[in-house]
Amino acid sequence: MASITHPGHEHEHEHHGPPSGIMRWLTTTNHKDIGTLYLWFSFIMFLTGGVMALTIRSELFQPGLQVVDPEFFNQLTTLHGLVMVFGAIMPAFVGFANWQIPMMIGAPDMAFARMNNWSFWLLPPAALLLITSFFVPGGAAAGGWTLYPPLSTQMGMGMDMTIFAVHILGASSIMGSINIVTTILNMRAPGMTLMKMPLFVWTWLITAYLLLAVMPVLAGAVTMLLTDRQFGTNFFNAAGGGDPVMFQHIFWFFGHPEVYIMILPAFGIVSQIIPTFARKPLFGYSSMVYATASIAILSFIVWAHHMFTVGMPVTAQLFFMYATMLIAVPTGVKVFNWTATMWRGSMTFEAPMLFAIGFIFLFTIGGFSGIVLAVVPVDIQLQETYYVIAHFHYVLVSGSLFALFGGTYYWLPKWTGYMYDETLAKTHFWLSMIFFNVTFFVQHFLGLAGMPRRVPDYALQFADFNMISSIGAFGFGFSQLLFLYVIIKCVRGGAKATDQVWEGADTLEWTLPSPAPYHTFETPPQVSFDEYHVQNVQNVHNK
Amino acid sequence: MNAAQPNLVMLRKLLIVAIAMFAFGYAMIPFYKKICEVTGINNLLQPDTLAEERPQIDTSRLLTAELDANTRGLPWQFKPLQSSVQMHPGELVEVMYEIKNNSNREITGQAIPSYAPQLVSQYLKKLECFCFSKQTLKPYEARQMPVQFLIESGFPADIKTISISYTFFELPGSGTALTDASGKTGKN
Repeated sequence: MASITHPGHEHEHEHHGPPSGIMRWLTTTNHKDIGTLYLWFSFIMFLTGGVMALTIRSELFQPGLQVVDPEFFNQLTTLHGLVMVFGAIMPAFVGFANWQIPMMIGAPDMAFARMNNWSFWLLPPAALLLITSFFVPGGAAAGGWTLYPPLSTQMGMGMDMTIFAVHILGASSIMGSINIVTTILNMRAPGMTLMKMPLFVWTWLITAYLLLAVMPVLAGAVTMLLTDRQFGTNFFNAAGGGDPVMFQHIFWFFGHPEVYIMILPAFGIVSQIIPTFARKPLFGYSSMVYATASIAILSFIVWAHHMFTVGMPVTAQLFFMYATMLIAVPTGVKVFNWTATMWRGSMTFEAPMLFAIGFIFLFTIGGFSGIVLAVVPVDIQLQETYYVIAHFHYVLVSGSLFALFGGTYYWLPKWTGYMYDETLAKTHFWLSMIFFNVTFFVQHFLGLAGMPRRVPDYALQFADFNMISSIGAFGFGFSQLLFLYVIIKCVRGGAKATDQVWEGADTLEWTLPSPAPYHTFETPPQVSFDEYHVQNVQNVHNK
Repeated sequence: MNAAQPNLVMLRKLLIVAIAMFAFGYAMIPFYKKICEVTGINNLLQPDTLAEERPQIDTSRLLTAELDANTRGLPWQFKPLQSSVQMHPGELVEVMYEIKNNSNREITGQAIPSYAPQLVSQYLKKLECFCFSKQTLKPYEARQMPVQFLIESGFPADIKTISISYTFFELPGSGTALTDASGKTGKN
């Protein structure tokens, strides 16, 4: 990480420049440095989780057991989920928040700069705990990323390491969200009222509140697991009067808001990209804000749709089914608003826009399969099948991850000062788009035909679709090396980026020079908006 | 620094939210148990009461209940005296189980029932069961214990055979500081 320094700092005229070498990154309190650290960390974890996914897919290439033991296979599926959710997607969005939020609201830095450093540096030890748990006796946790008891109360010390890792990651997320909420509420530039904030900032404000509300609940749930395992409590042990099903309720009370934690910032990124490349203001700005808030609030009353088969009363099933379907309404508002923003816009299709359009297209497919799964009788049939796998990869990979790719290309010129290689970036998009669908579209058919998830071997009739899916997975995985290459190439140099970078870009960060100087907005800019909501900025000290 | 003051106030408020939500996670447990109690879900360890004094017996069909007994992590022998019992829906039957402590220490255990298929639990009414209380056995003591139950006559006709299974788990002598017997022995 340290080897890839941010170009443009060394020759800046700072009164207190950062220390050089590794100490710069260990001790940094600069939001841009910390954002960079988050982004590189999440990319490394993305590749780590990707290697696990490819090992899983090579085992599933053919029926029978060829590559790994079933025990190790279960460890891989578990850790793939944990690493991708807590190590890749979430830190990547926090990285975007660190880089962009202060620049988009005209703040000099995050509210608690030292705590910000802490939030990041808690992540590598947690990641190390997760990865090294493969090498302890008994191996890594193997009961699925949801850590359901009684499996999770029985495994070896790999499970304890996972529990500690989740504790640390939770603490990091909570500190990060406190920082983000305080920055957004207290440090906006004069004239930047709440309802004038860029939508990316809005979605992160709501996400941060969600994190604050549910990460402590997850911490509580894994603490109960830990005391059940080590200190003789019986929260989830039926013999001692506990109930394993209760864990599922507590976990999904965290888990459902968690899936929106992973998608709301993606909505925010897409809501920045689409107006820029359609060269029109975002259609229905305030409805976007209210839709985001509605999704967040509804996310607290739908958790039991993850557990329709545990044996709950029909009235409860109906309540959770209707509440879940209700979420499609604000989500639909968002999709229609993005579409309406593009309507009659002067669109160009650079890589960020391609990823944003790919996002809308594929995320909507994932949303629809979600509505299918919300229907109780259908869900009882499809529970724990590959249909569910296909559903959540459509919303997490072609949803969250595509938005992250798009956001990276969108802001990379501002971060590095150079334009990325547009041809290679477009190639990356088309490879990702094609191979993603090859991998996951067929998994709908596998699920409908009854192939269960979390199995290393399967019946012969599933062989063809699994082979197609594995080929797609390897294509998708190797396409990401192209992404890495494009980024490194862009960090090292290229065509100079202009300050505005994109013709239609109008938020505050585009008023800064490219690359963004180490310290920005030390004097808050004066922001005002005319009757067409077009932003005017005065008094920008590009320091 | 004065400029930092509002931020610190905000920090304190948000920290309180986080701590309150941690406590909320724990508060879900009594809440969950109360809901289960009120709605009658998961009522495994309480005697049932019959809605009518003399339940209607459906003599037109016979059900077979396979009886199963297991121990988990304690040196007891545990078996039903008959491997299965036949009855009409609505008919009250009594079966006997036997436990024997094969060790030289006093052990307290708790039996947890389990039924197959799952929907049996809605129709099975138990009037008496050794699982309603803890069982303490002195060294090498043996005991026979009854279970009185009936399957309500509304039970679906397409199911002819059901399984009733009990598993004994060890409770430490005090009965309060319970350890997870399954966790300690379940690793192999």
